[in-house]
Amino acid sequence: MNAPSAIVLAAKDFKSDTKPVWCPGCGDFGVLTSLARALADLSLRSEEVVLVSGIGCSSRLPAYTTCYGFHGVHGRALPLATGLKIARPDLTVIALGGDGDGYSIGGNHFLHACRRNVDLTYIVMDNHVYGMTKGQASPTTEPDWDNPLTPGGIGVRPFQPLVIALASGANFVARAFSGNIVGSAEIIAEAIRTPGFAFVEILSPCVTYRPEQRQWKELVRPAPVGATDDPARAARRILTDDGFNLGVLYCGSRKPYQPQTVREKKTLEDVAREFRL
Amino acid sequence: MRNAPPDRMLLTGNHAVAWAARLARPKVLPVYPITPQTPILEKLSEFEAKGELDAEVITPESEHSVMAASIAASLAGARVFTATASQGLLLMHELLHYASGARAPIVVANVNRTVASPWGFWPDETDSLAQRDAGWIQFYCESAQDCLDTVIAAFRIAESVLVPAMVNLDAFYVSHALEPVSVPGQELVDAFLPPYSPPHRIDPQNPESWGNVVSQEMYCRHRRDLGEAMARVFEVALETEREWSRLTGRSSPIIERYRCEGARTVIVAMGSLCGTARDAVDALREGAEAVGLLKVRLFRPLPVEALRAALAGVAEILVLDRNYSPGYGGVLHQELRGALYGIADPPKIHGRLAGVGGVNVSAERIAELVREAAAGEARRESVWVEG
Repeated sequence: MNAPSAIVLAAKDFKSDTKPVWCPGCGDFGVLTSLARALADLSLRSEEVVLVSGIGCSSRLPAYTTCYGFHGVHGRALPLATGLKIARPDLTVIALGGDGDGYSIGGNHFLHACRRNVDLTYIVMDNHVYGMTKGQASPTTEPDWDNPLTPGGIGVRPFQPLVIALASGANFVARAFSGNIVGSAEIIAEAIRTPGFAFVEILSPCVTYRPEQRQWKELVRPAPVGATDDPARAARRILTDDGFNLGVLYCGSRKPYQPQTVREKKTLEDVAREFRL
Repeated sequence: MRNAPPDRMLLTGNHAVAWAARLARPKVLPVYPITPQTPILEKLSEFEAKGELDAEVITPESEHSVMAASIAASLAGARVFTATASQGLLLMHELLHYASGARAPIVVANVNRTVASPWGFWPDETDSLAQRDAGWIQFYCESAQDCLDTVIAAFRIAESVLVPAMVNLDAFYVSHALEPVSVPGQELVDAFLPPYSPPHRIDPQNPESWGNVVSQEMYCRHRRDLGEAMARVFEVALETEREWSRLTGRSSPIIERYRCEGARTVIVAMGSLCGTARDAVDALREGAEAVGLLKVRLFRPLPVEALRAALAGVAEILVLDRNYSPGYGGVLHQELRGALYGIADPPKIHGRLAGVGGVNVSAERIAELVREAAAGEARRESVWVEG
């Protein structure tokens, strides 16, 4: 991440004037607020942060911030973010999107981004559904969830993103809940601070197509133990919990992938000069 | 007959496609959602769940994988259908070439939608026209009825020549607009479209292989074979249309001439623009202006001979393109200029980029474009039309 800047911005300064088109009650509102708070807590500035997304409801998030945004194509946020971070290691690069985007069409990229361990933060707003296309089963959907595209349920075992991230080499693995603004902000800030590939799974209810997810707020709880640096232990904990333990579950010390050439850090005045006509 | 459909139903273009696919009895349906196509696959899944369609629905993780699954299922001898749109079709691109090379007669419905970037959800045919060299038969539909008739015909034509077929319908104007549609009975469609029985298939009892590394000469011969199969499409499509017309009373020619008798100007268009252009022609004819419409329903293979015959002797041609190939212009405009090259007494060909990105083009605007074109010189490049 960038070194803290002298001018401190408040969380509201990271939110843009664009009104989100999310449904009322969508968990993604909470994620937006937590992210803004985390960026403010880290004393970052909008022009030092780039948010890269794919396609889906949650991938609209970059437009609702004052940071640089890159609304990419479906499933490809991570390769875009990787290219950007390698070209501009001085920027704080955060990839984000949903479970449909990141684990289905983008699943392959998820594995290799974890392996490569570039200094990125990847936030997945998981609601176990394709919301933008109006409610089909995603890779994290329960196998018996009835929906129009696969009536009676998709019948396929759900994807296990946190253990897959561990097995693939992610340096930081955490679970958060969109309804817990302060807790999620702390986790996001820690993910950004941690060198290497940091993966934050945020349970973010879709109240439109999965109204039963409103109950998540009663089910979530802080993980009973703190983060471990042993991936096998972390994997065992994740595989045996019920999916609602929140917190940093694994934090390793693997050396991040570093490009050979590192550019000098630019000031806002440098950037403004480049854009001057 | 169980669950026999009523003859007339009120259907969107998407659901007309789903009904046609159901009646064609596909055995494998790989599905991946994308706006504005998803209602096609949801309706087919509903038919399957209710026991009205005996097919295997599978949910691969991307459109690329949908096409991979489609190719293998087709080569195993199963009739395969799927649907996509825009970015989904672009993601399939690599495997569209593979499918035609492997001679897998898959039928895909593509809902024409703008491609990124920037993002949009509007009707624009650039997505499928960008696949024109992929070796697929391509149809463009004007209405929900056109969609139903074309999907069923596409299976028969594709399986006759062993070339995959893409049936295109414009986003929202066709995909989501409700229209009364004549839905044929299952017995009629069964008589028209026999079960798929390819001459070659993946069969452990009779081993064959696909996709091998070949010599330059074999590769070249393979391409020529594909071209010869494409060339047979015209004859097969004509015979298919005659049979469909005999069974249903509806005719869907590869190109349709509408009020072209004695026309001085002929509008040439594809997809939903044809419906609006018909209104423009009717209005102009009422004012005693000799204007007709030529609807291009089959775009690949391009019916060059039919186009030359249909447009011989016409003074002015106005091509409307709801697509854009940067650096050259409207795809239909430029293809038509090539198709009519060297024709005796050549018509002036005016190309208009009308409706790109979903910009609405009214019948009144088309009538104005006809008059403006007749009053001016034809330019080599396509000309932008503001909405």
